[in-house]
Amino acid sequence: MNRRALLLLPLLLFLGLAGLLLVNLGRPQQAAVHSRMVGKPVPEFALPGLDAEAGLSSKDLATGKPVLLNIFASWCLPCQVEAPHLEALAARGATLHGIAVRDAPEETRAFLQRHGNPFARIGLDRGGQLMLAFGSSGVPETFVIDGRGIIRYQHLGDIKAADVAVLLRELERAQ
Amino acid sequence: MKLRIALLLALAPLGATAAQEAQGLEAPLADARLEAEARALMHDLRCLQCQNQSIADSQAPQAEAMRKRVRERIAAGEDPDDVRAWFIERYGDWVTFTPPPGPQTALLWAAPLLLLGAGGWVAVRMFRR
Repeated sequence: MNRRALLLLPLLLFLGLAGLLLVNLGRPQQAAVHSRMVGKPVPEFALPGLDAEAGLSSKDLATGKPVLLNIFASWCLPCQVEAPHLEALAARGATLHGIAVRDAPEETRAFLQRHGNPFARIGLDRGGQLMLAFGSSGVPETFVIDGRGIIRYQHLGDIKAADVAVLLRELERAQ
Repeated sequence: MKLRIALLLALAPLGATAAQEAQGLEAPLADARLEAEARALMHDLRCLQCQNQSIADSQAPQAEAMRKRVRERIAAGEDPDDVRAWFIERYGDWVTFTPPPGPQTALLWAAPLLLLGAGGWVAVRMFRR
């Protein structure tokens, strides 16, 4: 091989690396972390509910009918944004359960009064530990769970108008 | 209050690192050896909220929840590797700063050997001349 060309190799390698770094500088740093629990049964749990209301347990997620499990919190702004779309899902026949994460019960109650309560059951995950068991990386998030209690689908972030149809379709697929 | 001040004074010589600030007044494990194991694992788990920080360094509430789980499981006698595996099972390899060997990371783990081999080859050729 030509020795001259070989001498240029380090420079070319350096330019390649510099180019790679430059391109990645402009890319967003926040990676979407999908739960590896999709396809697996929900973790065993039993959470208390609001007031005297019954809470939520893993048994409520395996009743033979697919359900949506929404992870939310009163301090979470996108949760307010998605609230009307959760109502729309409930209006179109979906069963929704909610898990309020790292939230005081009175705050959760006030949030539901202001933004509507589409949930059949609500569990309070005050320490945020159940969220970890689900492989959830933030609020809001919504899981589709089939009638046998297997997690079938995970929606990251707030539900937008266009996602309503997607989630209804996923619920149907989980039948 | 007095107790807290006394505790702070007792801890002062250790130096307030960023990690200590992040962890606020979280109770360390009573057993120093287990606490050290838990701390080491915390430095190797990635915070899901502020993603380029370890949970040892992050003030995010979710990092706090993850630290709580790490301490609880290690206090219960679980091996740090098993605690790490629990997180990987839920969040993928992404959640640890030490990517486990596998098809996706084969090149990464093999790179030092390959580079050493290439360097050795170049060196041998130069000395022969």
